[in-house]
Amino acid sequence: MSHGHAEVITTHEVHHDEHGAHHHHQSFITKYVFSQDHKIIAKQFLITGMIWAIIGGLMSVLFRLQLGYPDQTFPWLEDILGNWAKGGKITPENYYALVTMHGTILVFFVLTGGLSGTFANFLIPLQCGARDMASPMMNMLSYWFFFGGSIVMLSSLFIQTGPFSGGWTAYPPLSALGDASPGSKTGMDLWITAMAMFVVSSLLGGLNYVSTVLNLRTKGMSMTRLPLTIWALFFTAVLGILSFPVLLSGFILLLFDRHGGTSFYLSDIYIAATNQALPNEGGSAILFQHLFWFLGHPEVYIILLPAMGMASEILSVNSRKPIFGYMAMVGSLFAITILAFLVWAHHMFVTGLNPFLGSVFVLLTLLIAVPSAIKVFNWLTTIWKANIKFTPGMLFALGFVSLFISGGLTGIFLGNSTLDIHLHDTYFVIAHFHIVMGVSAFFGMFAGIYHWFPKMYGRYMNNTLAYIHFWVTLIGAYLIFWPMHYEGLAGMPRRYLDYSNWSSFNMFGDLNKFISTVAMIVFAIQLLFVFNFFYSIWKGRKVTTLNPWGATTLEWTTPIHPGHGNWEGEIPEVHRWAYDYSKDGRDFIPQTEPIGPNESKH
Amino acid sequence: MTEAVSTQRKKIHPHKFTLWVGIGSIIMMFAGLTSAYIVKGSMAGFTTMQMPKLFYYSTAVMLISSLTMQWALKSFKERGMQQYRRLLTLTMVLGFTFIAMQIIGFSQLWESGTRLKGSTGAGQFLYVIFGLHAVHVLGGVIALIVMFIKAFSARIRNYNSVPVEVMSTYWHFVDLLWVYLFVFFLFKL
Repeated sequence: MSHGHAEVITTHEVHHDEHGAHHHHQSFITKYVFSQDHKIIAKQFLITGMIWAIIGGLMSVLFRLQLGYPDQTFPWLEDILGNWAKGGKITPENYYALVTMHGTILVFFVLTGGLSGTFANFLIPLQCGARDMASPMMNMLSYWFFFGGSIVMLSSLFIQTGPFSGGWTAYPPLSALGDASPGSKTGMDLWITAMAMFVVSSLLGGLNYVSTVLNLRTKGMSMTRLPLTIWALFFTAVLGILSFPVLLSGFILLLFDRHGGTSFYLSDIYIAATNQALPNEGGSAILFQHLFWFLGHPEVYIILLPAMGMASEILSVNSRKPIFGYMAMVGSLFAITILAFLVWAHHMFVTGLNPFLGSVFVLLTLLIAVPSAIKVFNWLTTIWKANIKFTPGMLFALGFVSLFISGGLTGIFLGNSTLDIHLHDTYFVIAHFHIVMGVSAFFGMFAGIYHWFPKMYGRYMNNTLAYIHFWVTLIGAYLIFWPMHYEGLAGMPRRYLDYSNWSSFNMFGDLNKFISTVAMIVFAIQLLFVFNFFYSIWKGRKVTTLNPWGATTLEWTTPIHPGHGNWEGEIPEVHRWAYDYSKDGRDFIPQTEPIGPNESKH
Repeated sequence: MTEAVSTQRKKIHPHKFTLWVGIGSIIMMFAGLTSAYIVKGSMAGFTTMQMPKLFYYSTAVMLISSLTMQWALKSFKERGMQQYRRLLTLTMVLGFTFIAMQIIGFSQLWESGTRLKGSTGAGQFLYVIFGLHAVHVLGGVIALIVMFIKAFSARIRNYNSVPVEVMSTYWHFVDLLWVYLFVFFLFKL
């Protein structure tokens, strides 16, 4: 009953402006563990995401070790991995398990849960001017479903048959038949369970984000006065709400195929391992691919849009200039959201899709270049002739733009179904999506962490470590993924354990060693970031002013250590958009300042 | 809480809004499943079967429960608490009846030879889609039980109509969803 009481208090305070922040005493458990404060939940998502990023990143180091040095053995690998690396060499099954889990972890648990979970929770109430989310209770559940899903996914690493190993896309029949591979047994059941919990978490979070943005904005905060971060996080939530349920229906059918003997995805299968012909008939794996990619493509924008929004905000703040083309930015986010639902089949050009249908998807895919180019143009014009303050957040935002351009251009190659006949499933694809949605989304995330760290913890992160982190990561990312374009153009396929018996790719032997070495250095530098993050929480330089970056948005009007409820006293009223920088001879004008009588129009 | 919301701006209550967005999400899930059916149904070798007669009656039960729910909401708003409790109970019982009828319908289908195992057909889809719908009805019934306990609890006096409105919207939604799914299968079988 006490729980119900707490909920009443919270909703009460959310809606009563005059009450201000929480005053009653809270125990450690309700304040830091089962917290309903959006800021604490954001930090929980962030730190869980960081732990996942270390695990997922370490996996990539392990399989890069195999790819760079396929002829060597590393006895210490057996010491730490046991059966995964018998005789100091990663076994083929576990190599596939590693790449599968690396993809699953990074795409879902880091760049979806860790990225939009963190910043949607943290920024939406603060920048919209709300005391908390529309439903703090659901918000808390969203984190704990994410946590539960994380535990289940993590546990699959420790079972005897290993985690799922059929690729992060979980295509049947590998995902549907336990006999197909070791990872398809219990590992796959845990994978589906974890993913189902992850979907529930995303939906609970997404519902909250959308209704908070639409319903709980402070007085004067019209939609067109919202910072672009909020627009981006809003569209991200819309994408998730409409696409994750479709993935869930795909998973439900998959579960029935696994355990109910149905034939939704299975047809005419003979399993060599058990020497057995299956009775399943009439199913098609293409059906799963449709259901999967109907989520899977919007998913890449779920990953990318928050980074775009945060980069827009950070570029504008540190250029001391208004964002160029605000409405064009909102319009292009909207266009990307719509197009995200209409391009999924470009992942299936060579899996048996009707070529005529393919040509429609080529057209729709290439259309995404238009809103993307608008955004890039506006970012560049925002920093054009600006007096840039090169804070760590700004550097990562600039790095994001650079990577988004580089990765976006190769998307034009891959969007063509005819070129895809040659390029599909090669390292060209690996290079493309790692740059455009992997590393660039990470850069958006780093930009956001460095920029909002003072608001999160009331301290700054160390700048010197941040600059080292930035330059090594940026240069390293290009050194890792740029050469992969050449390997891919030469036809080198992805997902292979060892290329050394394949004489046409022997010329890439040294290049692979080089890529692996850089990958290890870049991974080590991320640990420097993790150290900087945790060290700065307790030992960082203290924030002494309310508004350290001189930003216009509402989060900087809260106390340095905002309590649950964010503002003491009334929520400020908003009188202008979020981008009045260098206006009428002033460096910046906060959103809370009324329009003056002699003020020029922007 | 209601008065505080009205000072905020004349807008839909956040909980109601959240429900509508959630409904959009559930619609996408069933849209995914029924479009999967459409894709598969046109393939060669796709087997169909007879819709059990019982599902016609469960449709009637669902429609009536929607009426009683609406009536319960009306009574609540007019502070007719006795009537509200009666109608809420009736809705809950009808919800239980619906789920029981679905289970019996499934067992009839099972008896008549429509199984999960084996080659693909309408029966497999029907079990999954109708079963998933029944799970959503069950969620509604659980919410009704919570409201039932609150309505009969002597300690709590609450005249806030938002939870009842949220409940009735969700209930009408699972009703309409059932009608859609039922008609969909009627046309497809």
